[in-house]
Order: sequence, then structure tokens, then C-alpha cells
Amino acid sequence: MTLATATDLQSFVLLRLGDRRFAVTANQIAELVAPSRIFRFPHHTAEVEGVILRRGRIVPVCDVAEKLIGNKVKSRRFYLIAQRSYGAQTEWVALPVSGDCELINTEMTLPSDTDAPHISGWLSHGGDVIEVLNIAALTPGPTEIPIATAPLAQQEARP
Amino acid sequence: MRPLSPVKSPAARTEQIILFRVSGQIFAISSASVQEVRGVDSLSAVAKEISHPDLHKVKQYVRRGEYLVYVVNAALHFGLPTVPPALVFVLRRTRTALLIDGIEKMTSMSRLQALPQAFCHEERVWYRGLTALDQSVVPVVKPDGFLTPEELFILDASLSRKADAQEKLEADAQEKLDTLAQENGAEDDGAENISDTSLTQ
Repeated sequence: MTLATATDLQSFVLLRLGDRRFAVTANQIAELVAPSRIFRFPHHTAEVEGVILRRGRIVPVCDVAEKLIGNKVKSRRFYLIAQRSYGAQTEWVALPVSGDCELINTEMTLPSDTDAPHISGWLSHGGDVIEVLNIAALTPGPTEIPIATAPLAQQEARP
Repeated sequence: MRPLSPVKSPAARTEQIILFRVSGQIFAISSASVQEVRGVDSLSAVAKEISHPDLHKVKQYVRRGEYLVYVVNAALHFGLPTVPPALVFVLRRTRTALLIDGIEKMTSMSRLQALPQAFCHEERVWYRGLTALDQSVVPVVKPDGFLTPEELFILDASLSRKADAQEKLEADAQEKLDTLAQENGAEDDGAENISDTSLTQ
């Protein structure tokens, strides 16, 4: 192995959603945990199912399968807890996955201009071409969706 | 040589909270934010009706001193199925009274975690954050999150319009009465004249 090749290699976690596999850069992954109780309460962010308690932290559960494979994962084997950045801040988000995860070291091909925003690169592994996911583009955050108070604020109220 | 005195860890700061129920869902509110807890029946005796097509969650208001306090149905606010509420919280430093199903218990929380940023809609206005209690997660409500300044403005304006309309209605009615009285007065005068004429004849 040459020095150049060694520096090009990156670690990725491969995850399974239904029949498809996706990748996330390993440095974004906090841990892989067995499904635990989801606590639900009223809110209007459709992409967030609820929250789980993990190591004293309250972690939102975001099912990204619908965006990626068109439907929600029916059987959840694990929650992949990833770090999602919000500007300078990072927070944990739990992504339900339907199969085992695998850690691999490989090279990533950068995305093209025509790729969807949730793709941060491509991997070739085991005969498959695998999308590397951009967690920030897949999970909701304050910059993507403004608070929906506009309709009321726009109303004119006369004295 | 004196033995070292044991190091006392600073007492964890806690906040007294009230856990309350709305349509089977548990919420928490700082007890310092609740000025008064009343039964719904005692409220309905003094409450007046209000309705605005965009604010179904507010159906009543009460006058407290110089302020109008709007009664918010918590179930409608959170989009939960409605059941007849039993209690009302009058919230301190707001113009909101909150209809709830019941109080679960009073307890204290030692840690309030900010609402994760993945939650990015109205819930950011509704909640101060989340707290873990007995291996469960409870949202802690913001007392001023039940009615935004825009909503208060709309409600105030709606009542103001209603008052104007009432005033106009009363003024119109008075004007009609005055006109009628004038007409009657004129007819009476005419009748007197006729009588006078008949007398002279």
C-alpha cells in the first residue's frame, strides 16, 4: 500500500434500509443501539417520530427510510446514532435501520452536481455502488423549515 | 493535624413542576408559572364567549383586573383529541388560562434538556425543553407559548371589532327609536290639531 492510497482511505459505516445499503462516514457515528422505547409527544415535525433516552441524553428518532427507499422500515434491528451538525453545534439523531451495520475502509468518489443533496459521495463495495449519506440534508433542522406562524402573522387585524 | 472535612458537593438545582394530563398525554409546567388552579365550572360562570375562525383553541375569555385573559383549550392547541376538560390553570405573567384534563402530580426536575434542533416547527414555541423523569421523557411547556403575540393581537382586535359592532348596533337602535319617537310626536301633534279644529267647529 502506498502512502497516497492510505491517506485516501476513509472509514464508513454501511447500514441497511430494506433491500438497499447506504453509507455514513464513521466519524459521524456515535453508536449502534438496540431499539428502545420511543417517547412521543405532540409536535409538527413529520420527519421526527419521537425521542429515545440514551445515556441520559434525549435523542430524536428520524426515520430517513421514506426519503431514501420510498417507505418506512418495517422491522427495526438497530438505531444508528449519528452526529448531526447544526452550524457549529452537533446533536445526536437516531436513525432506525433494518439490518446489521458494517465498518469498512474504502475510497469515496465525490458527488456530481446532478446528485441529490442527501448524497455526499459514492462508494464501490462488494460489487455495489453505495450512496454516502449527508445526514444534515436528510434530517430536519431549523434552517430547512421555518416556523409556520406566517399565515397568522400576515393577517390584518383592525382596531 | 485536623482531618480534612468532607467535601460537600453543591446541591443539584431543581425546579418544582406540575405534571398535567391532556388527552392522555403528560406535560410538565413550572409550578412558578401557575398562578391559580380552578375547576372549569367556576370559570364558566365568569367567562364570556369569543370565536375566531383561525383560533379554534380559544372559545372563552375572562376579565381579570384591567386585562383580558384568554382561555386556551390545551388539547386543541396541541392537536390532540378533545375530552371535556376538568381544570383550568391561570398562567402567571401571561394572558392565558389553560384548560386541561387533570393534574398528575407535583414533582421536581433537575435537568431540562433543550428541545433537539431536529424539531423545527411550532413545537419550538410550545416547549421550553424536555426532561427525563422516571425513565420517561416529558415535554416542559412554555407558559407564553400557548398564545403568540400575533394571536393575542388577533383576539384583541376581534373583541374590539365586536365591541364596535355592538356600539354601532346600539347607536342604530337608538337612532331608530328617536326617529320613531319623533314621528309619533308629529302624529300626536296632528291629532291635537284635529281635535282643536273639531272643538272650534
